[in-house]
Amino acid sequence: MNINGVAIEDTFAEAFGMRATRLIVTADTAQWAETAARSLTGFATSVIACGCEAGIERYLAPAATPDARPGVSILIFAVNSKELQKQLQLRVGQCVLTTLGSACFSGLDAPERVKLGGQLRYFGDGFQIAKKIGEKRYWRIPVMDGEFLCEDEVGMTRAVGGGNFLILAKSRSAARAAAERAIGAMTKLPNIVMPFPGGVVRSGSKIGSKYKGLPASTNDAFCPTLRAETASKLPSEAAAVLEIVIDGLTAEDIAASMRAGIAAACSAGESGGVLRITAGNYGGKLGQFKFHLHELMA
Amino acid sequence: MSGILLTVTRPPRQRLDLSPLLPERLAGATLEAIGAIELACGNRRLRVDEVFALAPSESAGLVIRNGDAKLDHVGHEMSAGELTVEGDAGAYAGLAMTGGRLTIRGHAGPFAGAAMQGGILEIMGNAGDWLGGGLPGERRGMAGGLILLRGDAGQRAGDRQRRGIILIEGNTGDFLGARMVAGTTIVLGAETGRYPGFAMKRGTLLLSRRPRQMLPTFTDAGRHELGFMNLLTAYLAPHSVKLAAVAPGLMELRRFTGDAAAGGKGEILAAAD
Repeated sequence: MNINGVAIEDTFAEAFGMRATRLIVTADTAQWAETAARSLTGFATSVIACGCEAGIERYLAPAATPDARPGVSILIFAVNSKELQKQLQLRVGQCVLTTLGSACFSGLDAPERVKLGGQLRYFGDGFQIAKKIGEKRYWRIPVMDGEFLCEDEVGMTRAVGGGNFLILAKSRSAARAAAERAIGAMTKLPNIVMPFPGGVVRSGSKIGSKYKGLPASTNDAFCPTLRAETASKLPSEAAAVLEIVIDGLTAEDIAASMRAGIAAACSAGESGGVLRITAGNYGGKLGQFKFHLHELMA
Repeated sequence: MSGILLTVTRPPRQRLDLSPLLPERLAGATLEAIGAIELACGNRRLRVDEVFALAPSESAGLVIRNGDAKLDHVGHEMSAGELTVEGDAGAYAGLAMTGGRLTIRGHAGPFAGAAMQGGILEIMGNAGDWLGGGLPGERRGMAGGLILLRGDAGQRAGDRQRRGIILIEGNTGDFLGARMVAGTTIVLGAETGRYPGFAMKRGTLLLSRRPRQMLPTFTDAGRHELGFMNLLTAYLAPHSVKLAAVAPGLMELRRFTGDAAAGGKGEILAAAD
């Protein structure tokens, strides 16, 4: 299979079951809402070392937020509900509670719940006030610029993490341009985030290492400089590989985003310097979800 | 037949206890069976058909027409469905109701919505004392749900309130929110009587004007924009055109905290003047 002259390998991306939630962070201005969101989603690229994977899903106009202020929708993924609870408390407590004028709400209606304001309220040292409005309970936590308003609980859902595809290109600039096109197309879609910096990861990893105790190490088969000394999977013209990792609320969301991303990466054709699209997997033995590139792009 | 219409044809001389007449209990019952239900009236018992003319109704739920101030316990412990009183209701309307919607198109007597736990109680006219309060001897008043009062309330509205929202579009008597424990009571009228928040521990009294006579145990905490007001007014706006109209004026509020004689964690929020 090829799209605009770019070969699509007959392989699949392997993804895993995760737990996820959506937060709506609002502030007095769109800029401060984004500041809070960027702080919260910082150092959340991979569950390997960050505890969770998180990203900005989209920006919200005042009419689309619970308190009619500018907001940002954030998706957070963790390996289990306990870790999700821990990360929520840490990240909202350190990054949103601290941001001037901010408020934080659940953006996901789901029967399973994790605590948010119900944990953070203790910061109020007894001066916090619970307010039940309709079916939802909020906490008003006094802070130095007024009150931090935070929903008591947020919805939690089963989700999918680790959808991916790799762009093999003739040069780093060609790989970068293709990845930027892909991210540009994918960020328009709902229910997904690409948790790595700018949505793109250049340090793809394999499981294990020659060094004792390291769970992951560089994916030498895709490192162009190691072509001569390892079992390389790269064509001879490839000089750069970039990976896009996707976490989504459902497998369908990931499939849709991979479809859009791959199409955009291939849209410049051969002249764009993209050689091949492939995907990362572990032989299909570890992940519950498989995304076959040929099926996706058929 | 989707609903039941009960029209008062022989108004009772004594107070009549309507607590057996709940929409969820009467749904599916025949008019004969409903007519045979006995109601306490003073020291006697009266059959429903001795007081009311019974008829099927096109509108959903239970409708009581020609309401009267002697009809007590309307919607007592109601849990679902719709009950409408066309006219006045007596004491204890919506007492301890947990769900559904009770509408009184006229006035309601004392203890309307007392010990309420859920659902919506709407009173188009005025309400007596202890709106959303607790029964004598009880430690807690209203513990959930929404009371919408279009007219004025008597004294001690929201007495010992624990949770839920009381929205009063008119004025209130003295001791509004006395002994309040939590929850929210809103008064849009200009007059809130003497000593609102007497002995309140926690909870919020939201007033469209600063009270005329306030307890010395409340302390002015200054003017503030409070984020939860956006949520509260957005939630209530569909229920109250009057609130929706004044909502912009409630974004900046003067906060008084008290009652210092009872812990002082309650608040009176008054539209900033």
